[in-house]
Amino acid sequence: MSHRGAVSPSASGPGSETMVGARQAAGRRLGVFLTGLLALAPSLPAVADTPARVVSMNLCTDLLAMELAAPGQLVSVSHIARDPLVSPLAEAAAQYPGNRGGAEEIFLMQPDLVLAGVWTDPVAVGMLRRLGIEVVQVDVVTELDEVADRVRQVGALLGQSARAEAVAHDYLARLASLREAAAAIPADARRVAEFYYPNGYSLGVNTMSHEILRAAGFAHLAEAEGRAYSGTLPLEKLVLSGPDLVIRSETYAGASRSEEVLGHPALVALAAGPHGYRSTADWICGVPQVLTAVDDLAGHRARMEAGE
Amino acid sequence: MRPGVQALSLGGLVGLLFAVSLLIGPAQLGAGESLRALWSGEGGATVLVMREIRLPRALLAAMVGAVLGLSGAALQGYLRNPLAEPGLIGVSGAAALGAVIALQTGLAGAATLALPLSGLAGALVAVLIVLLLAGPRGGALTLILAGIAVSALAGALTALVLNLSPNPFAASEIVFWTLGSLADRSMVHVALAAPFIGLAMVALLSQARALDALTLGEDAAQAMGVSLTRVRLTLVLAIAAGVGAATAVAGAIGFVGLVVPHLLRRWVGARPGRLLWASALGGAALVLAADIAVRLIAPDRDLKLGVIMALIGAPLFLHLIWRTRAEA
Amino acid sequence: MSGLTLRDLTVKRGECPVVDHVSLTVAPGEVVGLIGPNGAGKTTLMRAALGLLRSEGSSSLLALGPAERARAAAWLPQAREIAWPVSVETLVRLGRMPHGAGTSPADDAAVDAALQRCGLESFRTRSATALSGGEQARVLIARALAQDAPLLMADEPIAGLDPAAQIQIMQVFQTLAGDGKAVLVSLHDLGLAARHCTRLALLHRGRLVAEGPARDVLAAQHLAATFGISGAFVETPSGPLFQTLEVLR
Repeated sequence: MSHRGAVSPSASGPGSETMVGARQAAGRRLGVFLTGLLALAPSLPAVADTPARVVSMNLCTDLLAMELAAPGQLVSVSHIARDPLVSPLAEAAAQYPGNRGGAEEIFLMQPDLVLAGVWTDPVAVGMLRRLGIEVVQVDVVTELDEVADRVRQVGALLGQSARAEAVAHDYLARLASLREAAAAIPADARRVAEFYYPNGYSLGVNTMSHEILRAAGFAHLAEAEGRAYSGTLPLEKLVLSGPDLVIRSETYAGASRSEEVLGHPALVALAAGPHGYRSTADWICGVPQVLTAVDDLAGHRARMEAGE
Repeated sequence: MRPGVQALSLGGLVGLLFAVSLLIGPAQLGAGESLRALWSGEGGATVLVMREIRLPRALLAAMVGAVLGLSGAALQGYLRNPLAEPGLIGVSGAAALGAVIALQTGLAGAATLALPLSGLAGALVAVLIVLLLAGPRGGALTLILAGIAVSALAGALTALVLNLSPNPFAASEIVFWTLGSLADRSMVHVALAAPFIGLAMVALLSQARALDALTLGEDAAQAMGVSLTRVRLTLVLAIAAGVGAATAVAGAIGFVGLVVPHLLRRWVGARPGRLLWASALGGAALVLAADIAVRLIAPDRDLKLGVIMALIGAPLFLHLIWRTRAEA
Repeated sequence: MSGLTLRDLTVKRGECPVVDHVSLTVAPGEVVGLIGPNGAGKTTLMRAALGLLRSEGSSSLLALGPAERARAAAWLPQAREIAWPVSVETLVRLGRMPHGAGTSPADDAAVDAALQRCGLESFRTRSATALSGGEQARVLIARALAQDAPLLMADEPIAGLDPAAQIQIMQVFQTLAGDGKAVLVSLHDLGLAARHCTRLALLHRGRLVAEGPARDVLAAQHLAATFGISGAFVETPSGPLFQTLEVLR
């Protein structure tokens, strides 16, 4: 699946990585990583440590690479990284030439290393590899702790391990303090939140968004109702469950019937005032920016509590 | 059977299906409890579910079905051709194009009535093209050919507009616009479509006597005091308004206007005038039943209404073509 | 007045007159046969008289509004169109439309009378589209009769029918005239025209070239000039007989 797919309806919008993540196995993640390293070793021994030209073709690797790369090292990021609706670093991304994930355009950039996601279009990835380009497919994140691993992994690939270590360390420290604050809330006092995304798609327990919710001090309705996996949640079931908070996504420009349900009067009534929350670009990728999402949602919780 | 009895039995069927439509849904609610909540407005979340989710869906199914069935019967009566149907002759497709343009240009967001009006405009263009190319003397073949051309063009332009949309969800929604669905529709949609559909139905039903007279051909009807100009204008505007508004909120649901008049024609003694109200009731019943079926067959999948309608309608359409061919 | 009066009725297709200054009167009690070769303008003349075509000159019907006109004249087009399989009675009752809802006792009486006059009582509940061509023609005439207008205009009502049906229909027109109605009927069968019409009007290239009793209108010079044929007209004890003979050109 292409970067585009990560935010397209076929993957059900922001948070889709979490659906994908549900299908992952830890062994497979390692396998993909090793395959990447093995592919790298024989063909490009000279640049194994610090690739000079890096192209990223996936939103989440874009964000990590922009954070970690040395000046001039990152040649191009995906054009999606410029969309403020899905990219927390949209402004920074505008400084880089964008790519649309096509094998030809990426090959012509003469990269030493291409960063892709595991669901990036396999045709493009396969073609780049046949052309002798080193492509590493970075796995999605389903747990907040994994973000640090991913930072270190991409840092190593870019030859920027020291910087990555600092970012990972800082990230884990902030995460720990946010979790501490959340843990202070007694279980029975936690407000219940639920996700409601375009086409009535709701996120299950097996997702990073679930962890964001927990870290911000909310209980997740899906957990109470035993929905481990993401999927369609009929609006009337959501209404009858009556969560304290409904988290919807921001809607794209133009219009779509898929998003129209987010403005359904029954949902609007349920998500009125402090009972509604819009997830932002910070929610989408397993990158350090997720802590902004946790922080903001925790702030919303505090306001809900103060409003009582 | 007397007309009164027929109206009562069809109306009863619509009422029954309407009630069933209100009572089925993913959330298991007791029949008594949910109807009480709907009626009294007491019962918290159940009221919200009944009044804001299930009621608009059932209302839309009835309204959209009624106006589609009625439009089919009126078109057939006017063209004296049992193959005439808003979906088949491209009127629904063009209405969908109008609605998609209104949504993607932001017109629909800027002005409340822009969505149904754009659906109307699209439908109007299609009706005019088809009537121009294949008016009453055009015959079945010309009608269907003109319909194919209009449908194909409208479908392609709809896909184009959706593909050019900045919204990544839009491109995948061509299926909704071509097959129609009532999932997650709200009272907002009911309020948007209702005035247009209401006016269209009143206007179409008022043409009963004129359509009866047209059984004898245009000349004879005109000599009996029927103003063909007025009939034509009323039909074109009413069908455009009704189908346009219905399609703008529910997508293009095909075959209703073909299947319903065909099933009911003999029952009302083949009289085009009586077929009008019978097709309105029959259309409401059929779309309610189809919308119940899609929810029973695939509760979580938003199976499109057009799928069910095509499964019933397409074989019937082939049968009608076969019969038309045998008569020719 | 009832019946039909045309004064200088002219219909143009572009610049070319299709009906050219025709003046004609059909009085109550008359069956006027409108004859002439194909393309002479018979259909156009009748449609213009009814206001179905734009025309110049005057027609007594054009002075009336559409509703009054529908009560003043019944029109039987040449195309025997029955679009839907309605019952014979339903179809005939359509003729009552200019008189209101069509369900009053007067309407019932008119429908019954029309059915009876056309010998269709036993067909009442049959589906009109399932009948033979001759039966359908009679049903459509019954529909026009049910309209109960003082004038009946029929465009080639007997074309394509068997001899018995043709005679039956012409006799219906004669009975109507006997009841004081006016009938204008176009037809190609000159023999039937001679026998059953009180008067003939001969149309050629849009002009009314002869008008009067059959013997005069079917005179040799008219037949030669308009139809290009010769014919024989004989008075017999069983009425006038006309037989076409040869093509002259």
